Amino acid sequence: MSETLEQIVKDMKERFAVESSEYAGDTTLLLSPEYLQVAFQTLRDEYHFNMIVDVTAVDYWPQQEPRFHVVYHIYSMLNNDILRVRVPLNGNGPHLPTIEKIYPGANWKEREVWDLFGITFDGHSDLRRIVMPYDWQGHPLRKDYPLGYEEVQFTFNAAEIDKRKPYAKD
Amino acid sequence: MTNIREVTVDELRHLVSDRAMTGETMLLNMGPQHPSTHGVLRLLLELDGEIVVNCIPDIGFLHTGVEKNMEAKTYQKAEVMTDRLDYMNSVGNNLVYCLAVEKLVGLDVPVRAQVLRVILTELQRISSHLLWLGTSCLDLAAMSVFLYAMREREMILGVMEMVSGQRMMTTYIRPGGVWRDVPPEFVPAVQEIVNVMPGRIAEYESMLTQNMLFTERTQGIGVISAEDCARYGLSGPVIRGAGVAFDLRKARPYSGYEQYDFEVPTYDTGDIFGRYMVRMEEMRQSVRIVRQALSRLPAGPVLSDNRKFVPPPRSEIGVSMEALIHHFKLWTEGFNAPRESVFATTESPRGILGVFLEGDGGPKPYRVHYVTPSFVNLQSMPLLTRQHFVADVVGIIGSIDIVLGDADR
Repeated sequence: MSETLEQIVKDMKERFAVESSEYAGDTTLLLSPEYLQVAFQTLRDEYHFNMIVDVTAVDYWPQQEPRFHVVYHIYSMLNNDILRVRVPLNGNGPHLPTIEKIYPGANWKEREVWDLFGITFDGHSDLRRIVMPYDWQGHPLRKDYPLGYEEVQFTFNAAEIDKRKPYAKD
Repeated sequence: MTNIREVTVDELRHLVSDRAMTGETMLLNMGPQHPSTHGVLRLLLELDGEIVVNCIPDIGFLHTGVEKNMEAKTYQKAEVMTDRLDYMNSVGNNLVYCLAVEKLVGLDVPVRAQVLRVILTELQRISSHLLWLGTSCLDLAAMSVFLYAMREREMILGVMEMVSGQRMMTTYIRPGGVWRDVPPEFVPAVQEIVNVMPGRIAEYESMLTQNMLFTERTQGIGVISAEDCARYGLSGPVIRGAGVAFDLRKARPYSGYEQYDFEVPTYDTGDIFGRYMVRMEEMRQSVRIVRQALSRLPAGPVLSDNRKFVPPPRSEIGVSMEALIHHFKLWTEGFNAPRESVFATTESPRGILGVFLEGDGGPKPYRVHYVTPSFVNLQSMPLLTRQHFVADVVGIIGSIDIVLGDADR
């Protein structure tokens, strides 16, 4: 961890009660959801993290508290540091404020997280599905969503499986 | 059978201007089968005559659920899926995944393997830029450049086939090094490319840089400022074309890039022409890196000898019981990675390519996420196309160099 980053982590601990950890040279902050917007505003304006690299999530199902971690990666061009911020979320239908106003680049990334994990970003300007079809049911990257497979048809059950197959008949 | 639900204009109300609701402006669908959308990109354009008022990109037609599929495979087997994301930069996709796995389990890579990785990713960068040059000029109605660019790209694909048996989906880079050592004819073949390329790049430039038909279509079109690039997280030639010398090979070196002498080209205009100039110079710099790498290619192993993560060579299996056990364990169960997460970044031909990888103590990744430059750069389409002609939209799509497999994953 560079000296500047060490100082930033120390400040963030005092101001937003984050927990920090380090693994293989990556620094992670564990931030509580209520401080989300103000913490990112501070990181961008006072600590020069001017670039959003990534917003994604991890599902820890069947664990419920927290069920999800939303993971942000931000980059500071001035100090050449990457910082990871994890935000734990409980329950099956979690809500989180958007950071689109702070980093416009988070717009599509939050849409993707909503699409694939079903985490609602409150205040988002355009929260539609992005990679899945408009009428898709469910959120595929959740751990309770099955991977899906094609049923193998044998002569004895070909007709039966054919009935269930989702394609246009006759 | 699910019913296909139609999307009405009302649902996109917040994305179009008021004039679209009265019918004063027209909503026009461009793609997903349009030849110059570089794959299956759909753009919903709001047009005032021929001027673009709003542009709403719609992606996802090539979504293959790679991230979900990778969660069901062991670390070694999941790598094969990564080639299929950005098919113009498959070596780079393998590299960033392997860097993440190596970071997660703490695996060292021999020097020879690192140099081979650099040679192949730089060759891939040249080949990706060549395809970009060919197709984006094709969009601007310059047919001949495409044929020239394909000629050189073929040489590079020949090298890929030589080392891995595959022209595009190589999976040559593996966790711990590379698959196997290169054949003896590898060095002369790469030498040939390195000798030929500078002259060929000059040839393309002589066709385009001063050509009025080209400059009229590119200069002052699709302008983006350096601040907007950072705000939207754009990277690669787009941000360098706007005058910021930001390159992860310099900023956060990996695979020994800090030992090579090369420059990060920039151009101040931020338009299509700027991105073109940056990419042309990048090809020259890549040639320079490959030349340096060839001159220092050391002898030695190409795969780590840490048998807990890397399978032993075939020759050992017949004589060593321990090697046989390792081989069996690695190809049936795989290796276990700790319950931690890492983030690895590389500079792909299109920008920041990152992998967020989380392990759960078992042999399969708990979560893999690809941070892909095409997805991020596409987000700038509404900004870049505003108040331009429909014909320029085609040039702008070409200039940000998207690969839809990369954007949709």
